[in-house]
Amino acid sequence: MSGQVTGAPAGATPDPSVRAATRPTLPTVVVSIVVLIVVATAGAMIGPAGPAWWRVPLALLERLPVVGGFGIDSGVTEREWSIVWNIRMPRVVLAGIVGGMLSVAGASYQGAFRNPLVDPYLLGTAAGGGLGATLAITTLGPARESWPVDPVPIAAFVVALLTVAVTYLVGTSFGGVRSASTLVLAGVAMVSLTTAIQTFVLQRNSDVLREVYNWILGRLSTATWSDVGLVLPYVVVSWSVLVVHRRHLDVLRVGDDEATSLGIPVARVRLVVVVAATLGTAAVVAVSGLIGFVGLVVPHMVRLIVGAGYRIVLPVTVTAGASFLILADIPGRTLTAPAELPIGVVTAFIGAPFFIVLLRTRQVAG
Amino acid sequence: MTPRTLAGLVVGVSLALAACGGSDPETAGDTTVAAETTAVATTDVPVDTTAAPDEAESTAPQAIISLSPTATEMLYAVDAGDQVVAVDDFSNFPPETADKRPGISGYEPNVEAILALGPDLVITEGSNTDLLDALERAGVATWVGAAAVTLDDVYEQILGIGEATGNADAAAVLVEDMRADVAALMARIDALPERDEPLTFYHELDPTYYSVTSDTFIGTVYDMLGLRNIADLAEGESYGYPQLSAEFILDKDPDIVFLACTVYCGDTPETVAARPGWDILTAVAEGNVIPLDDDTASRWGPRIVEHMDTVVTAVEAVLAERAG
Repeated sequence: MSGQVTGAPAGATPDPSVRAATRPTLPTVVVSIVVLIVVATAGAMIGPAGPAWWRVPLALLERLPVVGGFGIDSGVTEREWSIVWNIRMPRVVLAGIVGGMLSVAGASYQGAFRNPLVDPYLLGTAAGGGLGATLAITTLGPARESWPVDPVPIAAFVVALLTVAVTYLVGTSFGGVRSASTLVLAGVAMVSLTTAIQTFVLQRNSDVLREVYNWILGRLSTATWSDVGLVLPYVVVSWSVLVVHRRHLDVLRVGDDEATSLGIPVARVRLVVVVAATLGTAAVVAVSGLIGFVGLVVPHMVRLIVGAGYRIVLPVTVTAGASFLILADIPGRTLTAPAELPIGVVTAFIGAPFFIVLLRTRQVAG
Repeated sequence: MTPRTLAGLVVGVSLALAACGGSDPETAGDTTVAAETTAVATTDVPVDTTAAPDEAESTAPQAIISLSPTATEMLYAVDAGDQVVAVDDFSNFPPETADKRPGISGYEPNVEAILALGPDLVITEGSNTDLLDALERAGVATWVGAAAVTLDDVYEQILGIGEATGNADAAAVLVEDMRADVAALMARIDALPERDEPLTFYHELDPTYYSVTSDTFIGTVYDMLGLRNIADLAEGESYGYPQLSAEFILDKDPDIVFLACTVYCGDTPETVAARPGWDILTAVAEGNVIPLDDDTASRWGPRIVEHMDTVVTAVEAVLAERAG
């Protein structure tokens, strides 16, 4: 779709000394991947229905092409397997992708804007996505159910990107790219404007109020493998571009002028990072709705554990964010079982207190 | 006063007003009302003789605004349609309401827009207390028909609306008629073969698996018909409207799936069958995913008997299929 810009400058040839400094990150990244695998397995094992939890790994092994030949018998019925494979697994995988994407986008935005309170929705991705979904739901009506592809995520994706594009044009036309705060303010204005339009459209079509509200609260509950397939390409492109630019973000930390004097094309780096983070965020917002606080909180959790350098923060936020959202979705599925708790509620419930503590410690430290 | 209103009155008031209504039977068109004549006449004649119809007519509100789709259906069903000047955006039944929708939202009603229409009675379902307060300050009479929980609540509300609009007789006829219809439906249920386990069902409010428990009005209706609601295990949550997890629905494997968002969400048996993993459901395999009318399956109005008829027909079909 609009993924044309992401293949842009994938970073200048890295300084060998910087590369050397990245080596100790490897064990950290490996540990975070192991954690992710453990969490994902737990996510696949725990649920309100389906087989006993310990049978799930057996059932997985049983169905592997080679290992399955060794006569493993998990005792899992076809019905139970269908629940695990068609309902639970896509949800776990999608939660992982969404969590990883929002977190790494949040970390990148925070780096690009040198502002710790920024989240990936800053420039209007979420508000635009919400408006796009609202417009699709209200204008297309129920007829869209018979479409071969659900137009709602596509509309959310497109309008999210358009909103960010307008924010960027407005922000840079007045203050120039060098002024990150102008861009942030342009984002605030665009978010307000977009939200106002969405509220107006909703108010004129209150029959879809609940549908849109459900969408906004986060929709991991209806995740399918096709949702996973829909977002994965954008997310992989976004992840790759962002992780490649992690060293540039480290240099940006010293300030625009200093970074420029060190030979970093500040405006271009900021543009590439913002475009890549926005592309991935828009894609996950399109399939999962607005899941709050992940993009804000997880990067800070990661910084507390591994330090502030983007060389390590960026790769680790991907796995940590994935683990966080998979973990947060487990109470979402089981706490009020068989009823659901919207994922956005769970993440904000964990995220809000954390954010307050974070503000407090920052205040004490500063 | 239209022929329709007259016909309703005539039936209830019995032969005393035969001269007035005698010319109207062919225009009445409301077969259910006509069918009930004998049943009502015996009980209602004494009451009616005390109420002078002319007097009731003069004091009855003549500019009613309904902000509740259910109340609108009740108003028209008790022949108060001509007294209605405006209805809210969601009041889409009966079709005659089409030219009485000036764009008033039932969710966020504009008090001034309502007052500008000069109502002498505003009917709501009562959730917006600010609106009720404002109307009271403006000196406009209000009547609240809150969401029903049982069929008796529905009957009571219909009688109340009849009373409030000067159509008590037509309301009494309607209620007797509904009671007869429900009795007939219950007889069909009783005629079904005995089962050890009741049939289970899942009532889908929307494609994100929101459902209703037996605490809700729609839930009690299913309960009356002897069905077991899988959402009842989620009771205590969500005020009777829990969002079920897909895993749970597949695990419980209900005998029947009722789709209550066919018009607004576009749910169909085909879209349900196409959901990954849902092909294992008994209801999908046996073709027992039943599309409902969104409105009759969510309003506590006179058409609830139509919804019940759909449900009973589905139950009969399931049992016939399994027996045969």
